Amino acid sequence: MSQWIEVCAAEDIDEEDVMRFDHQGQTFAIYHSPDDKFYATDGLCTHEKVHLADGLVMDNIIECPKHNGRFDYRNGAAKGAPVCVNLKTYPVKVEAGKVLINTGA
Amino acid sequence: MTEASMVIVGGGKAGARAAVAFRENAWKGPVTLISDEALAPYDRPPLSKAAIMDEAEPQPTYLLDEGMMASLEVNFLRGAAATAIDRNAKTVSLADGKKIPYDRLLIATGAEPRQLSLAGADRALLLRDIGDSVRIRREFSEGRNIAIIGGGFIGLELASSAAKRGCRVTVIEAQPRILMRGVTEEIATRIATRHAEAGVTILAGASVGHIGSDKIVLSDGREVAADIIIAGIGASPRFRLAEQAGLAIDNGISCNTYLQTSDPHIFAIGDCCSFPHPIFGNERLRLEAWRNASDQAIVAVENMLGGQRQYEAVPWFWTDQYELNLQIAGLPHLGVSVIKRVPKEGALILCHLDAEGRLVGASGIGQGNSIARDIRLLEMLIGKKASPDAALLADPSFQLKSLLKS
Repeated sequence: MSQWIEVCAAEDIDEEDVMRFDHQGQTFAIYHSPDDKFYATDGLCTHEKVHLADGLVMDNIIECPKHNGRFDYRNGAAKGAPVCVNLKTYPVKVEAGKVLINTGA
Repeated sequence: MTEASMVIVGGGKAGARAAVAFRENAWKGPVTLISDEALAPYDRPPLSKAAIMDEAEPQPTYLLDEGMMASLEVNFLRGAAATAIDRNAKTVSLADGKKIPYDRLLIATGAEPRQLSLAGADRALLLRDIGDSVRIRREFSEGRNIAIIGGGFIGLELASSAAKRGCRVTVIEAQPRILMRGVTEEIATRIATRHAEAGVTILAGASVGHIGSDKIVLSDGREVAADIIIAGIGASPRFRLAEQAGLAIDNGISCNTYLQTSDPHIFAIGDCCSFPHPIFGNERLRLEAWRNASDQAIVAVENMLGGQRQYEAVPWFWTDQYELNLQIAGLPHLGVSVIKRVPKEGALILCHLDAEGRLVGASGIGQGNSIARDIRLLEMLIGKKASPDAALLADPSFQLKSLLKS
């Protein structure tokens, strides 16, 4: 049965920023978009397994810190070479000021 | 009349990226990729690092494999040495006598490691391709004495990889310190200290006198035990093909800002070419850098298909040694003053400003990717020719991103 897991307080992530979240051996990247919504993806770049949370968020794009692969973090879409495999995304919700993620586990 | 054809000489990062870029730009005609290597294009950065350190025998990380090549309809000629360009007939000759016609030609032949020129130099291994990497890795067994001539990026990456494998490593650098060309003394000292912690001996200001069968004798008489010798003393652009065809050469194949050579039908990209950089007063640069290879491919291909786009990406470079990551953006050597920024403990970023206060370079070192985001933002500011306030640059709590939006 999948369940919602608490990540952090909503104010812990600035708008247009990203935070790393590790849970049960899996690593995720949690995003706060410029229009004040939250999103979650796999934490590692699909290109060379680099932590995306060290990368730069610009609008709705996360850029890998190593090779500048870019993804739209809202749907995980890879935006061209060197990344060609989309990122997996996860449902996120905010309740009582807390960010929650559903990892499907 | 035959169909217009795009031909690329060179199967490294630049050539492979260009092959893909033709299709991204909806070019439907033939694309031929000529490579003198036996393998499909693979990534080179791991060759001095992961390929040496990993437990498993290194496997190439393909940039374009057979399947991708087939789906992109790229005509890949492997193990094929291009021997001549006939600019009148517009053909490239191969060693086997074949002639490949082109409408537009892209030269991406890269660079090759410089050879030592002294007695015994044939003992020194060089690193260029994956075969070299496999050979070097085989020699890096525990307890062996490895002497590396050259304290530049390749030499130091190999030193850190050799230390990880338990070798006894000495780096011999002729300049007064390592990375003289690449970074400031403060950053070089951090790297040197980390090497010392790993047990690597760095002999700076040392010149090689001669090479013996199991040692290197320095000019001052000191001896360095050397079961294996590796030379990492820089690379030379490979431009013989272009030179023989009469193309202008200027520290590599001379291109304009559109990456076009002195022949309007021929373009050149990557380590083999030099080009004037518009955002740095058209200073002529030749870069040996992974991202440059790929960014230039994208621009050159657009221009080969009729575009008019100047290449103005900000130079960017990285090296990984141990857990440390060093990055350089822009041209720090153009700076006259340095602003220090410490984004987090153990990380250091230097912002290089010119006499007018314009940000012209950024260099940094830190664990893992701790400096990546700030360097990326500084790179964007360099590209915008920004002159940010020095106090803001120095303040780690100040978000550099806000400077991009003002």
